[in-house]
Amino acid sequence: MKVDEATVRHVARLARIKVSEQEAKSLQRELSAILDWVEQLDEVDIRGVEPMTRVDGMALPQRDDVVTDGEIADQIVKNAPLTEDHFFMVPKVVE
Amino acid sequence: MTIQTRQENLIDGATGPWEVIIGLEVHAQVSSNSKLFSGASTEFGGEPNSHVSLVDAAMPGMLPVINEHCVRQAVRTGLGLKAAINLYSVFDRKNYFYPDLPQGYQISQYKHPIVGEGVVTVDMKDGYTFEVGIERVHLEQDAGKSLHDQHADYSFVDLNRSGVALMEIVSRPDLRSAEEAKAYVTKLRTILRYLGTCDGNMEQGSLRADVNVSVRKPGAPLGTRCEIKNVNSIRFIGQAIDAEARRQIGILEEGGTISQETRLFDPKTGQTRSMRSKEEAHDYRYFPDPDLLPLELTQGYVEGIEKTLPELPDAKKARFIRDFALSPYDAGVLVADKENADYFETVAKGLDAKLASNWVTGDLFGALNRLGRGIEDSPVSAEHLGELIDLISTGVISGRIAKDVFEI
Amino acid sequence: MGELTGLTIAEARERLRKKEITARELTEAHLCAIEAANGALNAYLFATPEKAIDMAKASDARLAKCEGLPLDGLPLGVKDLFCTKDVRTTACSAILDDFKPVYESTVTQNLWDAGAVMLGKLNMDEFAMGSSNETSHFKPCVNPWRVEGSDKPLVPGGSSGGSASAVAARLAMAATASDTGGSIRQPAAFTGTVGIKPTYGRCSRWGMVAFASSLDQAGPLTRTVRDAAIMLSHMASHDPKDSTSADKPVPDFEKALAKKVKGLKIGIPKEYRIDGMSAEIEALWQQGIDWFKAAGAQIHEISLPHTKYALPAYYIVAPAEASSNLARYDGVRYGLRINGRDITGMYEETRSEGFGAEVKRRILIGTYVLSAGYYDAYYIKAQKVRTLIRRDFEDAFRAVDAILTPATPSPAFAIGEKSGDPIEMYLNDIFTVTVNMAGLPGISVPAGFSQDGLPLGLQLIGRPFDEETVLRAAQVIEDAAGPARMPEPWWRVAESPPSKTGKPPKKAKASAKKSS
Repeated sequence: MKVDEATVRHVARLARIKVSEQEAKSLQRELSAILDWVEQLDEVDIRGVEPMTRVDGMALPQRDDVVTDGEIADQIVKNAPLTEDHFFMVPKVVE
Repeated sequence: MTIQTRQENLIDGATGPWEVIIGLEVHAQVSSNSKLFSGASTEFGGEPNSHVSLVDAAMPGMLPVINEHCVRQAVRTGLGLKAAINLYSVFDRKNYFYPDLPQGYQISQYKHPIVGEGVVTVDMKDGYTFEVGIERVHLEQDAGKSLHDQHADYSFVDLNRSGVALMEIVSRPDLRSAEEAKAYVTKLRTILRYLGTCDGNMEQGSLRADVNVSVRKPGAPLGTRCEIKNVNSIRFIGQAIDAEARRQIGILEEGGTISQETRLFDPKTGQTRSMRSKEEAHDYRYFPDPDLLPLELTQGYVEGIEKTLPELPDAKKARFIRDFALSPYDAGVLVADKENADYFETVAKGLDAKLASNWVTGDLFGALNRLGRGIEDSPVSAEHLGELIDLISTGVISGRIAKDVFEI
Repeated sequence: MGELTGLTIAEARERLRKKEITARELTEAHLCAIEAANGALNAYLFATPEKAIDMAKASDARLAKCEGLPLDGLPLGVKDLFCTKDVRTTACSAILDDFKPVYESTVTQNLWDAGAVMLGKLNMDEFAMGSSNETSHFKPCVNPWRVEGSDKPLVPGGSSGGSASAVAARLAMAATASDTGGSIRQPAAFTGTVGIKPTYGRCSRWGMVAFASSLDQAGPLTRTVRDAAIMLSHMASHDPKDSTSADKPVPDFEKALAKKVKGLKIGIPKEYRIDGMSAEIEALWQQGIDWFKAAGAQIHEISLPHTKYALPAYYIVAPAEASSNLARYDGVRYGLRINGRDITGMYEETRSEGFGAEVKRRILIGTYVLSAGYYDAYYIKAQKVRTLIRRDFEDAFRAVDAILTPATPSPAFAIGEKSGDPIEMYLNDIFTVTVNMAGLPGISVPAGFSQDGLPLGLQLIGRPFDEETVLRAAQVIEDAAGPARMPEPWWRVAESPPSKTGKPPKKAKASAKKSS
């Protein structure tokens, strides 16, 4: 399954990772190789097989509707690269 | 369900009448103490990032745990919309990047929502009643909020609302005018308030709509639709639909074509404008959230909730018409708000219902509006008003005197 | 001094209880060994001497009053994938920069609650993606073992390379590690240590930097099977903060070792006899089979038909989950931020500079297989193959109690030898990845040596939540193969007393740090 450079750029854009000219070339080769290698899955007969959604027959645990968290604004922004008055600051977003 | 075209819904364009096709995705914030997948508070307001847990801020290694009450509220809403409850549903990740979406994905439900198909009966002022199909309802996380007016170069991100539980209520495209759409949202809000699953408070953003609009010549195939995002008042919903319909008709009549896009309604200009540059259609790469398991409900659980449902607006309206011989219009006005309906029932005990209804909807509502008060803090209690009306009907005092007594 | 770091947990626990040694002595001996060895091995990113000494003192206080906690005074290393409160955690990625969590992972908190002592944070492959510890942002970790007569540095395996190297070189009594496709078991095999990945859901993933949520599990790396049993009993717990955490009581795994293996049915899967398997791995496997026969176990040939599809399916499922799990690293709330022309530019610059090549490769593969039009062709198909892999094991476990296979297709290789071709590197996990895909417990135990004198491991796989049988079976191999030998300590510079401030070892300075 060949992946062309345009696809590499498109996927990198979806993943928000800047890809240089040179990287796009090497990624095109590597991703194509990996996807070729993965093609062997086509040999498997998966008709009537359900995808695995969990490892054990467990039920989804549920939590009571109680406020147990929050009021830790200092800690929430403690590691922020840029913060003011407990806000996170990011380059201006134009809606 | 075929929708008959009503003449009054058509819009006259240069090349003749156009029909507007409208569907709404209403986001209703679930009434709960804590968020959908974390223990932080859902309280409106509060210092920036104060109602935020480590999970809401998407810190490394954080994991979601679902809030049982929000599941119950979603089932309750589904039952209130006469909808099918799916005993098996799945939470999926909707992947996209945005500063007020800290995980880089929103936990939502894609192919297996918790609630299936339902219906909402809508009454128009002129007595026309029609049904709007509900396609589905699912639970999902709300995003945080960015403030763009605090700094020249930076937007400020507050995650207080990030992770709050939302119910996305998706209607079929059964609406044909701005008025019908407004009536639908009003009725939906009434039902949610009756159920207690959402306070319907649009100013605080706990109820908002994404409006899908397309136009066509009557009988022609559906046109391309545009989505107007985050309209947060019933009045704006009406304005946005009219503006968007006109815009599309204008383009089509000049021989242009409508490109599918996301737009915003600008109340100042009363127009809609294109939102994000369309560099690539959003590819949300949905897949089941591997930090969660499928949600499985028992029939007993659903029936248990069904038993706790209050009398809903349609049933109450029918009862008012049957037991109090009220006109559909009067009954409709009274049931529009649960507290009003309860107040009326106390007033009307053992009295002429019509008279009681006139007093409540006329004099009382008029006075309350003047005073800017809600029914809950009405200066006149239902019992007193009942006694006053009793004096009129037993001829002790005339209606006119009663009005003066009422004004004191 | 060196003798103290040679103790196993079981031995040290005993001598601490009898007050023959103090926690402080034991901790200082390890801090000193780290100081002497880390320059050469680079197993630790940094030591935490003050914290270690404080914890050791607290242990000694309790031990003095004979109120010792189960792991009091035992010095452990922590893989840098576990968030440690107020102690820098980076998953060996530039993108986390100087991140200091305000919270402790459940697994490590369990260990500190049991009195264990934290020595420092251990090197690993970036975001646990790798099989050689070469993708770490802080330079590779070196295997204490070497080919006889050669000083060529070998890889310790990955992604828990630092954990394995530290335990093998006696720089920690044991270490926490994590395993998504073999990241505990493969490094254990490469360094002659014991590494167990428990059943999926046995250990909480709360506070552990996520790679692939449906595959990740924490587990210990130790020098003996008994130590692994002791460590696992404390690392594992039901955690209400983790929706995938199993609500099952955690047994005392050490007790399980007492039970005999007579009559135990051991399965030998024919599909694991892959073509091109080296003679020495084949011989090692046969040796293991003979040891089990000698111990009175029954040997059964079994079939796991979908074995060869596990690796390609894994390299769809794991990258898909990773592409979503790593979307949170965007430069907004913590870690590295590189400014761009606008918000999108900032994301793209930060993530391009912050992630290494292998992480980017996996994120892009994952994004691709989930993107429009490919979801069914790749992701759903891989999840269906996963069901078939699990079914193979369910069928097999109707006939046998545990499954014996080699842990790795080769002994440790040289640093740089395989980092050219991604797929060649992926093949390292061919025997281990099936266990993650099926969510089963698996252990790697030292079983012998290659002709070059490098350690080799055998793997035992068990039924869900049956770690007891896996440990018991591993004990048979350990008893027969003899206790773990220590490699020649070529890495030790002259022993110098522990310096007061354990400054972090030389590491590539992350690019210009922002004011936080």
